[in-house]
Amino acid sequence: MKEKPSKGASARSSSNLPIKLGSEIIVDTLIEQGVDTMFGYLGGVVLPLFDKLYDAPINFIIPRHEQGGAHMADGYARASGKVGCVVATSGPGACNLTTGIANAMMDSVPMVAITGQVRTSLIGNDAFQEADTTGITRPITKHNMIVKDVKDLQPAIREAFFIAKTGRPGPVLVDIPVDIEVTQCQMTPFNGVDLPGYKPKAKGHHRQISMAAEAINKSEKPVLYVGGGVISANASDELRAFALKANLPVTMTLLGLGAYDQTRPESLDMLGMHGTAYANYAVQECDLMIAVGARFDDRVTGKVKTFAPHAKIIHIDVDPSSISKNISADIPVVGDAKYILTELTKEVQSRARKEWFSKIADWKKRFPLRYDTKSPNIKPQYVIEQIWEATKDRAIIVTGVGQHQMWAGQFYKHTRPRHFITSGGLGTMGFGLPAAIGAQVAKPDALVIDIDGDSSFNMTMGEICTAVQYELPVKVCIINNGCMGMVRQWQQLFYGKRYSKSSLQNPEFAAVAEAFGAVGITVDKKSEVKSAIDKMLKEKRPCVVDFKVEREENVWPMVPAGKSLEEMDGLDIFESMA
Amino acid sequence: MADTRKGRKMKHIISALVQNKPGVLAHVAGMFAARAFNIDSLAVGRTDDPQMSRMTIVVIGDDKVVEQVRKQLAKIVDVVKIQDFSGKEVIARDLMLICVHLPPEKRSEILALAELFKAEVVDIGQKVVMIEFAGPEEKIEAFIEACRPYGIKNMVRTGTIAMAKFNQANGSESQ
Ligand SMILES: Cc1ncc(C[n+]2csc(CCOP(=O)(O)OP(=O)(O)O)c2C)c(N)n1
Ligand SMILES: [Mg+2]
Repeated sequence: MKEKPSKGASARSSSNLPIKLGSEIIVDTLIEQGVDTMFGYLGGVVLPLFDKLYDAPINFIIPRHEQGGAHMADGYARASGKVGCVVATSGPGACNLTTGIANAMMDSVPMVAITGQVRTSLIGNDAFQEADTTGITRPITKHNMIVKDVKDLQPAIREAFFIAKTGRPGPVLVDIPVDIEVTQCQMTPFNGVDLPGYKPKAKGHHRQISMAAEAINKSEKPVLYVGGGVISANASDELRAFALKANLPVTMTLLGLGAYDQTRPESLDMLGMHGTAYANYAVQECDLMIAVGARFDDRVTGKVKTFAPHAKIIHIDVDPSSISKNISADIPVVGDAKYILTELTKEVQSRARKEWFSKIADWKKRFPLRYDTKSPNIKPQYVIEQIWEATKDRAIIVTGVGQHQMWAGQFYKHTRPRHFITSGGLGTMGFGLPAAIGAQVAKPDALVIDIDGDSSFNMTMGEICTAVQYELPVKVCIINNGCMGMVRQWQQLFYGKRYSKSSLQNPEFAAVAEAFGAVGITVDKKSEVKSAIDKMLKEKRPCVVDFKVEREENVWPMVPAGKSLEEMDGLDIFESMA
Repeated sequence: MADTRKGRKMKHIISALVQNKPGVLAHVAGMFAARAFNIDSLAVGRTDDPQMSRMTIVVIGDDKVVEQVRKQLAKIVDVVKIQDFSGKEVIARDLMLICVHLPPEKRSEILALAELFKAEVVDIGQKVVMIEFAGPEEKIEAFIEACRPYGIKNMVRTGTIAMAKFNQANGSESQ
């Protein structure tokens, strides 16, 4: 870098700023926007850009597949709270990013994706490696742009970062034709971003906040329902202060796990389809539901008509379109969770709510999460419990998608924000390993454990090589039930045990890991689980542990799709194990 | 709380001021399709500000749907301002070109009909007449019905454009 880019509002007039190539402008502007780490993959139309990245002060990680790169940027963003940045070439590169972009969109993860595009003069001609990237990604990005004039390049990148990280965060894509990369333009000073059509609201309406406080103070049976929005707003401390002052039981969505310390007595843990019985019962009986940064997803509500039937609903969210989309809110409060929770805490009073809390305590006693601890086989829940015992709250847990993901939500106690990273909205198998790599890049000294499914892991396991190449000591615990467990569960319950196409032949994962240069461990006895975990934790290299768990285990409780939350199945199974 | 707001399905007019950039129309149209909103018409045109265009969208749905349409539109970065005309008094107009069969014996009858509706004959062929008609939706519909017995050969409409009337609390809502 010959010239350091000017940071913040610059007093220099723009005429003093140098003239540079588009490719240099991209790199300089990324650095100006705080990028020190990027994920990405080469290709023809991004060669000029990669030439400038050759000696840029940016830690660059090459995945084995662009999808992996996008999930890495996602995991990086979730672990660090910063914007994840990924770059790919046109056509196939951009198309390979799409799963990762859609995943970030559904889970509101701040990400900037930069894609190369064919020359502007060729756009629309079905040129080699041309794809309509902005067209393809429009519904899966918060915003996207194609830069057709080099003068728009710097503003576009700045806008991308601003939009990605403010309001309800999300992925923004900037598509840059190769001729723009090789055209010169004068740099401009950064004076912030002002977009006429984009003014995210930070402060809540004060009257709404007061109304919410009043409703809370009156409530006999409140429930605080927390989603991932609290984590993206970095509002966990404010949440705790609020819940403790107002004396509220707290339940979380899958993405909300970690927002509130689950080892505390007022935690009801996860609600919804595979939530705890005590959380779901509390929701169905509460007289007031305070939703913060959550969006009443169908996996949470079950049958919408009978969801929280006695409750008045306070809905706090930064995205107005989330409010009254699935469930109409009685008291909507639009704004940043951190701000609103702080204000709300000032106005709420403490109430004992003895009856309510004793009812909840009773549910907790009667319906704790259970599994057959006496089984001689390796139960998947046992493995996850042992991981928890061995790591307590020091690990960042990442997951694939399926049964193991639900068990990782249920049987690991999440205590801190940004320590549980999972694909909630899109439910993307293959997310685990690359997201864990991204998290490890963001937190080099942290213990990062991917609790993965055998089929999920199969989808992106080539990324072990990435972990080996960059000496990222991620740990992968495969909950290997030899099948697509979650699908098998549905086939067992709803398709008369016709296990159609739901098992794959797996490789010996430990041998694969070794071949990639990582450590591989296979565990097929219950008595070896603990020692294998200890061995894994001592390992400085990336390490894959293949736990051969019992195949036919199911996730309970389960609210069948379209049923009310109190219509959980599996409680009888719990009782038989008591 | 169980959702008690059922609402009736009806037409709602929403006006959106958008940045005059490539891709904005695709974005708005794509959002409507992706969220399964039902558009009756969509009219786009320039405004006095060359940076801005105005889209007038007629959607069919109950209050809840329209609220979502409004919010989802507001979420699009290039959409600058939205006005929801539901429940407001508005001046709403459509423009139509309609070609009607013109047998010689019906010629005077059809021309008289156009005059009665204050519609303008813009082109006459040997067996067909093209009539331009602008007005509120009901009048357009009435004119179409009046033409139907003669045989409509072809017709094209712009879709509704609208503005709020002055004498009311303003219904504008910026995001
Ligand atoms: C990319 C992708 N394809 C398909 C699915 C549908 N799906 C959900 S869970 C699941 C099975 C997951 O199997 P595995 O990773 O072994 O986890 P398990 O349920 O066995 O713990 C499938 C196929 C998905 N979520 N993501
Ligand atoms: Mg499996």
